Amino acid sequence: MYVAVKGGEKAIRNAHALFDEKRRGDVSVPEITTEQIKQQLSFSVDRVMSEGSLYDFDLSALAIKQARGDLIEAIFLVRASRTTLARFGSSKPFDTSHMRVERRISATYKDIPGGQILGATFDYQHRLLDFSLEEQKLQDETSVETRDDVGLDADMPRVLDILNNEGLVEQASLEMNEDTPPSDLTRSPLEFPADRSLRLQNLARADEGFLLALGYSTQRGYARNHGFAGEIRIGSVAVEFAPEELGFPIEIGEMIVSECEMINQFKGSKSAPPQFTRGYGLAFGQVERKVMSMALVDRALRADELGEEKTAPAQDEEFVLSHSDNVKATGFVEHLKLPHYVDFQAELELVRKMRAKQRVMKEAAE
Amino acid sequence: MSAGLTMNGYNFAYLNEQTKRMIRRALLKAVAIPGYQVPFASREMPMPYGWGTGGVQVTASILKPDDVLKVTDQGADDTTNAVSIRDFFKKTADIATTEITQDATIIQTRHRIPEQELGANQILVFQVPIPEPMRFLEPRETETRKMHALEEYGLMHVKLYEDISRNGQIATTYAYPVSVEERYVMDPSPIPKFDNPKMNNMAALQLFGAGREMRIYALPPYTRVKSLDFEDYPFEVQKWDEPCAICGTTDSYLDEVILDNSGNRMFCCSDTAYCQSKQGPVKGAEQ
Repeated sequence: MYVAVKGGEKAIRNAHALFDEKRRGDVSVPEITTEQIKQQLSFSVDRVMSEGSLYDFDLSALAIKQARGDLIEAIFLVRASRTTLARFGSSKPFDTSHMRVERRISATYKDIPGGQILGATFDYQHRLLDFSLEEQKLQDETSVETRDDVGLDADMPRVLDILNNEGLVEQASLEMNEDTPPSDLTRSPLEFPADRSLRLQNLARADEGFLLALGYSTQRGYARNHGFAGEIRIGSVAVEFAPEELGFPIEIGEMIVSECEMINQFKGSKSAPPQFTRGYGLAFGQVERKVMSMALVDRALRADELGEEKTAPAQDEEFVLSHSDNVKATGFVEHLKLPHYVDFQAELELVRKMRAKQRVMKEAAE
Repeated sequence: MSAGLTMNGYNFAYLNEQTKRMIRRALLKAVAIPGYQVPFASREMPMPYGWGTGGVQVTASILKPDDVLKVTDQGADDTTNAVSIRDFFKKTADIATTEITQDATIIQTRHRIPEQELGANQILVFQVPIPEPMRFLEPRETETRKMHALEEYGLMHVKLYEDISRNGQIATTYAYPVSVEERYVMDPSPIPKFDNPKMNNMAALQLFGAGREMRIYALPPYTRVKSLDFEDYPFEVQKWDEPCAICGTTDSYLDEVILDNSGNRMFCCSDTAYCQSKQGPVKGAEQ
């Protein structure tokens, strides 16, 4: 009798078993390894690390395999694992001017000290499907010129810092000192207004597509603010941690990060002369599109601070920060497929009652 | 921490002890200020946001090894999500579970309050999607927090009034707002308004967890909870013309079940445990 609501348990078990089978696909095709994912789908791995907020290539590759390539699902898996970890403390701030650079470009100056370094990029490629990739081939040892062959400078000062002797670009703001730990939205609830460090943390974890669309909207006139890519750099930085027992910082490893400093116009206000302002983006791995978008949105969100009129979604802190997390968004959107019989029943009953009342009134009128 | 390890190295009930203490602090504050939404640092859980992560975090932080847990969704113990959450706690906390309302010490629920009256030894944990009762009138948290602080609930009353002027009645059927101890207006979670009167003066502790929205709130035992209404339009609950087709009871919330392609229907208890208890050894002899 109760077929409609009973018997969920077995059905769920079967659905999960079917999912596992589908993940494996045709068994005559070799199973993909997490090592292959790590090596050959590195942009996927980087996106999952950055939005999963966990710098771990292996777990990220595993999550992608487990999620059958659904990156938001993989991000969710990484987050759910990360949340169980105990926290030991915060690392020291790192200085990206000491970055071991793999890619570094500026769109604002033709030549920059240290040079424009393209690194591995699909920019300037013709997007023609390369059918030769359909075949598996054994690769010869690569003959591409690498970083070590060229002999790059060990330190690369940031473009904006060295070329800003006129003061046309605002100084990077430093609102924290080392004694006040930055805000952390994974340890305390997000509250408004948020300070910039909290906003940047939120944006660093935010969905790439969401930031891309918001950043794009600022280019199309919704909080119009033309950005120039002052500098984009990708490479590895040393991470330092000062254990309390030790009293001084030690290097605990290296991280690959992408950083973007965007320069935007600013008309000036009563108190500040016209000047270029900055937007900032930083995230784990090689996630260039993400950090560029992030920098545009960061700049748009500084509207209050710079005394600009707020007219567009990208400038609205509460709107942006509350909807940027794709794990939250996908959960709540997809929860609509959970049963809602009870509420729907309540609405049915109301609509019937209202229709009946309307019918009576109509008949009385006729 | 190692004392409570279960399931491949996860802590008892999944969350680590630091996190549980953080949630318990929020719970204590919530109990101290009935109906007030306490912000808490909600964690990612291994089930999606919007699927009960708030309730799960509350349950995880109050669960003891000797607790007996009941999980229901839409009043039923074996709807998909209730099954999943119950399994989660069986796996991570190795605790006893039950479908019988009176046997449970903790009941986690989505969208219903059990028909069976709850006792002082029980805790009812609600899963809450949108904790802010005025969210659909004012989308900004900064604004609604101010309105609560100033006890400025005019907007809500205007909404209810507009309902009446447009539809001749208050057209809110679930998540019907309540006033707690004549202070905070609170969202009771999307339970049908049929369940609202059960919240008033309840012997059991009622805890509300909204994971995605990072809020916890509570009703301590025997709290006065009143559904908002007007003198000339008093609050009313849903009624059905027929009894439950299975157990014959007339005092429970009924679900509509479509029986065939021509749209024939029957009505039966949404609370499956209650329906079962009413069927009893002698079928139909419920009163």
